[in-house]
Amino acid sequence: MKDLAGLTEKLKRGGEPKYHERLAELKKLFARKRIELLCDKDSFVEDGLFANCLDESLAADGVVTGLGMVAGRRIALMANDSTIKAGSWGARTVEKIIRIQETAGRLLLPLIYLVDSAGARITDQVEMFPGRRGAGRIFYNEANLSGKIPQICALFGPSAAGGAYIPAFCDVVVMVEGNASMYLGSPRMAEAVIGEKVSLEEMGGARMHCSQSGCGDFLVPNETAAIEIVKRYLSYMPQRGGEPPVVTKTLPPEKGDLRAIVPDSPTRAYDMHQVIRQIVDAGSVMEIKELYAKELITVLARIEGRVVGVIANQPLVKGGVIFSESANKAARFIQICNAYGLPILFVEDVPGFMIGSQVERNGIIRAGAKMIHAMSTVAVPKIALIVRKAFGAGLYAMSGPAFASDCVMALPTASIAVMGPEPAVNAVYFNKMETMSPEEKKSFVADKVQEYEKDIDLKRMGSELIVDHLVDFPDVRKEIAIRMGYYCEGLSTRLAPSPILPM
Amino acid sequence: MKLIKSEMAGTVLEVKVKAGDWVNAGQEVAVMESMKMEVPVVSPSAGKVAAVLKSAGDFVNDGDALIELA
Repeated sequence: MKDLAGLTEKLKRGGEPKYHERLAELKKLFARKRIELLCDKDSFVEDGLFANCLDESLAADGVVTGLGMVAGRRIALMANDSTIKAGSWGARTVEKIIRIQETAGRLLLPLIYLVDSAGARITDQVEMFPGRRGAGRIFYNEANLSGKIPQICALFGPSAAGGAYIPAFCDVVVMVEGNASMYLGSPRMAEAVIGEKVSLEEMGGARMHCSQSGCGDFLVPNETAAIEIVKRYLSYMPQRGGEPPVVTKTLPPEKGDLRAIVPDSPTRAYDMHQVIRQIVDAGSVMEIKELYAKELITVLARIEGRVVGVIANQPLVKGGVIFSESANKAARFIQICNAYGLPILFVEDVPGFMIGSQVERNGIIRAGAKMIHAMSTVAVPKIALIVRKAFGAGLYAMSGPAFASDCVMALPTASIAVMGPEPAVNAVYFNKMETMSPEEKKSFVADKVQEYEKDIDLKRMGSELIVDHLVDFPDVRKEIAIRMGYYCEGLSTRLAPSPILPM
Repeated sequence: MKLIKSEMAGTVLEVKVKAGDWVNAGQEVAVMESMKMEVPVVSPSAGKVAAVLKSAGDFVNDGDALIELA
């Protein structure tokens, strides 16, 4: 063979200049530039550069695969090259993706998918679509790798039809606003087949997926930001499932007064993010699904350098009530924590699960069951901190005392009950109150509410051993940090690889 | 025309604006009561209030319009 260097150089240039110009117009980067930004200098080794090289217009068959280092850690990656036939999948494209998955699975390395692809090359369908090593195998592999290694997707362009399942099977998906999209049928197809007229952004844009469908986890303004998110997320993850991430150095929490954040009135809203920031190491919060089901907060953070998953109710949004969407969000996050050995801190202020005909039709019971199932079956430690309300199945779902929590602790503002005082009085005495005059009813309710509040008094919760500890505001962080240390003792011996089910 | 909608089922406790008022994006325009919690309703965008569609005491479902912006 003559001029290997020349061929190598040509293949590494990807598609024709006009396609590179098109990338620049869309503020997109070339696949190899993305890899350069992600990986440590000179760390990347590539396989399959010569795939389909008898046709020099199909450089690497439209996908770059190989091994690299990210912040000194070994990873595997694939990156669609959208300058080659819009990043579409031919037979060798699919084979290369399958092989890098097999490699990542064999070496147990995190696998990063840099996605920008128009989907199947329909002209090659018999070779790439239906067979044993057809595209279906990519999804089979993703599902079977789930929880064994971190699988992270950054979506820079379309992921259409079957291609949309690559992100959907990953642990998390970063989406570039304006360019990233996921959809089964394009707007053009939707118009032809079902008669719907809709824009691409509305159909499957990044913002829609991050705020409404729940397919996206991080919405970012540009590609550089997307790569930074991938790196940062990876810093919270271990190399593989079943082993906890490394403990880094301790940072103190943000300065502030936890007591002042929680309002005295039990019905007033406040921002639970502020509470979280008083507990975890300063600057360590990385929120997952920030824009989706905001009534429940899921964040990765560090407490004295140890990575933890925090699940918190957000009274500022929808009163902190749990809906189907928030229950699904929590269930998935719990599975991520369990797979990668992250202890979970539940920060509670929950009036319960939403009621009403709308949410019943939407399947609130099965979504709630999913969350409670996920929370019940984890091997990682669970600490529950009750800040204010822990009512009804909300108490259960947020790692209540009956769910083998390592510790349930309550702040002086906490209240634990089947339901709040007024609905409880209404439920118990409904028939009796029907015959009363409005004045009689008012004073009767006031009396009974007082009685009820005495019955569920926090001191009694401590006395009856319902909570393990009553903690005062200034001691919260210290209590949690010390306990996490104990509860994580020997954690790797208790962990087993556990898959993360799609939402 | 833009609608400010309720994000959950509940009862309107208070509407804080009236027709003709200017509202800013993120401004609290109403308070709902649901699940015994006060739930603030904020305007997603700026605009002039064209009509107030619900008043204190009304039951609204998730997605029902509360206020219309011109």
